[in-house]
Amino acid sequence: MATAVENLDTRVHYLNANYGIKSWLLTTDHKRIAILYLASITLFFVVGGIAAVLIRLHLIEPNGAIFEPGTYNKLFSMHGIIMVFFFMIPSIPAVFGNFLVPMMIGARDLAFPKLNLLSWYVFILGGVLTLYAVIGGGVDTGWTFYTPLSTTYVNTNVLSAALGVFVAGFSSILTGLNFVVTIHKMRAPGMTWFRMPLFLWAMYATSLIQILGTPVVAITLVLVAVERLFHVGIFDPAVGGDPILFQHLFWFYSHPAVYIMILPSMGVVSELIACFAKKRIFGYSFVAFSSVAIAVVSFLVWGHHMFVSGQSIYAGIIFSALSFLVAIPSAIKVFNWTATLYKGSISFQAPMLYALGFIGLFTMGGLTGLFLATLAVDTHVHDTYFVVGHFHYIMVGGAVMGYLGAIHFWWPKITGRLYPDGWARLAAAIIFIGFNLTFFPQYMLGYLGMPRRYAIYPPKFQVLNVMSSAGASILAVGYAIPLVYLIWSMRYGPVAGPNPWGAKGLEWETPSPPPTENFEQTPVVTEEAYAYGAKEVEVG
Amino acid sequence: MADSHAASALAHQFEDLDQQHDAASLGMWIFLATEVMFFGGLFAGYTIYRNLYLPGFEAGSHMLNVTIGALNTAVLICSSLTMALAVRAAQMGKRNTLVAFLILTIVLGLAFILVKLTFEWRHDYVEGLAPGLNFTKAKSMELFFCFYFLMTGVHALHMVVGVGVLGVLLVQAWKGRFGPDRYNAVETAGLYWHFVDIIWIFLFPLLYLIGGRY
Repeated sequence: MATAVENLDTRVHYLNANYGIKSWLLTTDHKRIAILYLASITLFFVVGGIAAVLIRLHLIEPNGAIFEPGTYNKLFSMHGIIMVFFFMIPSIPAVFGNFLVPMMIGARDLAFPKLNLLSWYVFILGGVLTLYAVIGGGVDTGWTFYTPLSTTYVNTNVLSAALGVFVAGFSSILTGLNFVVTIHKMRAPGMTWFRMPLFLWAMYATSLIQILGTPVVAITLVLVAVERLFHVGIFDPAVGGDPILFQHLFWFYSHPAVYIMILPSMGVVSELIACFAKKRIFGYSFVAFSSVAIAVVSFLVWGHHMFVSGQSIYAGIIFSALSFLVAIPSAIKVFNWTATLYKGSISFQAPMLYALGFIGLFTMGGLTGLFLATLAVDTHVHDTYFVVGHFHYIMVGGAVMGYLGAIHFWWPKITGRLYPDGWARLAAAIIFIGFNLTFFPQYMLGYLGMPRRYAIYPPKFQVLNVMSSAGASILAVGYAIPLVYLIWSMRYGPVAGPNPWGAKGLEWETPSPPPTENFEQTPVVTEEAYAYGAKEVEVG
Repeated sequence: MADSHAASALAHQFEDLDQQHDAASLGMWIFLATEVMFFGGLFAGYTIYRNLYLPGFEAGSHMLNVTIGALNTAVLICSSLTMALAVRAAQMGKRNTLVAFLILTIVLGLAFILVKLTFEWRHDYVEGLAPGLNFTKAKSMELFFCFYFLMTGVHALHMVVGVGVLGVLLVQAWKGRFGPDRYNAVETAGLYWHFVDIIWIFLFPLLYLIGGRY
């Protein structure tokens, strides 16, 4: 068997250019930094995932199967904080953005390679601070750190968790800054804006949100920390402060942050759909500008998290109307992807299964988002499992499916080897089934009135809760399978060659794994990224 | 010799010095945009509470020493001038002038920080104006002083970072690292320095001059 393993080391590439732990920890190569991120966020995903499994196990019984209510509060807070700030937000930008942005525009690296490495260290520092909060007794405010709960009433590790999120935010800001400068200034000759892969438009829009939104949550967390440390009344109504101001400032970032999580996945899906339908993406400029439109409108809708908070009813009406607007660019994307599939020569390899899964699940999540943007309906389902179902359809059904699609699509480029496609398709199917079984019952639970974040519930909700927990265990198996075969493939997978999918785009024109400076010489671009219709040049 | 100097100034990921210069400059402008949003959160909170508690804010503002504040404002504006002259000197390749103006800028920056710290804040503390530590004045003024200390504190922190950056540049300038084809670092640090000054130009009237005193 071992003799059958082909050797990739006959050629110098970024993985074997130098060896040793120092060559990784001090690297400024965007591809290696991407792998540093991949390893670290996988770790955070496992930690957050374990918390999720424990939550679902606990909810098998109406009175709570395992934990004290206080411990349960810490579990869902930890699940939220780690998954949002340490997995979802860095997931596609920090891993695939890092790996692909320079390659897709034909550059040797990002504009600021040292800053890029610094971003990773800042991220790790933030992660360590947050894990310290978890190990040192936990946080029980939920990932939202609502005041005055977080500043006055709880005596858990709010400070170090908030500090961890604050620090990790700067990693996000610096990564976004790096991408915007790189996309503006580093494009290869001939790579015009409208020849760029749509993934780059999505990354650009994401970066804008990271740049403009993250500083606001940073200063908000500073205010929370100051209030907690000095017992002054910035958000505390007892001393004249206003807790609603906290919610405004928090959601001013944290709603756009939802699009930091979903926009990159949309970019990935645009790549996958075009490649596996072997067809030019339908309505390129509409898909491109819809990313920018989502980024812009995302800053104007935060108040829909606060319909029952006591904000002005007129503000509520405006925020409701603006929230409906986001549906337009999102729907433009979905319709353009389906139109791309029409009369395409479609193949159902693993990445494509994730892309198709994304379209269906994202549509469900998006449409239930419209329910929640409707003032009257939201009053009924606010803070119920309907909301939990909705955002998990977007975050897990959407963003994580896109992330897994990206892993399966670009894995051969990253490692130079193919994974077993049969196992990959099986995992995709298990994840799809497990996901729906986990989260569809949560829509029903919420509609029936089960509030979120409660450690116990009335017995009539048990059947749906058990279904959801069963789904979660299937989902966990589905997520574990790729971890096994992807690691296996790093050693034993068949050699992929430069372009195993017959995909278009500059990253497929260089060997796999790519050389340290990505291309032998700076490429000159003469056609757009989706020239699938163009006649293939026959060789021989 | 000149060739090798230019080559060492160009990082490997860039095609030429122009591209490198544009990237550095755009990067700093974007960073300043993030800073606007960062301070923006404080300005938003200030605006809301000032509208809610105008009398308390005005009474609080009247407890500050305008003369010292104005003097410090003048010091900062002068430091912006010397910073601009330092950038000019770097572009012209005048090492000694660059070193001189960097030192002047650092001295002015340190003067601002020292006045803030040892005179104003200490004075405020002695007067019992520090919320959370020893606030002894009317409750209605407490939020004003929360924001006063937060905004001037975050601003001063930015000044300290700025002085540190200028210190590093000073050492490099001393060694003759800058020239007509290599002044990005001085220019981008200059952008940052001017930005921090502009923040103060907004803070000074909002904190010191409200309430119809002038």
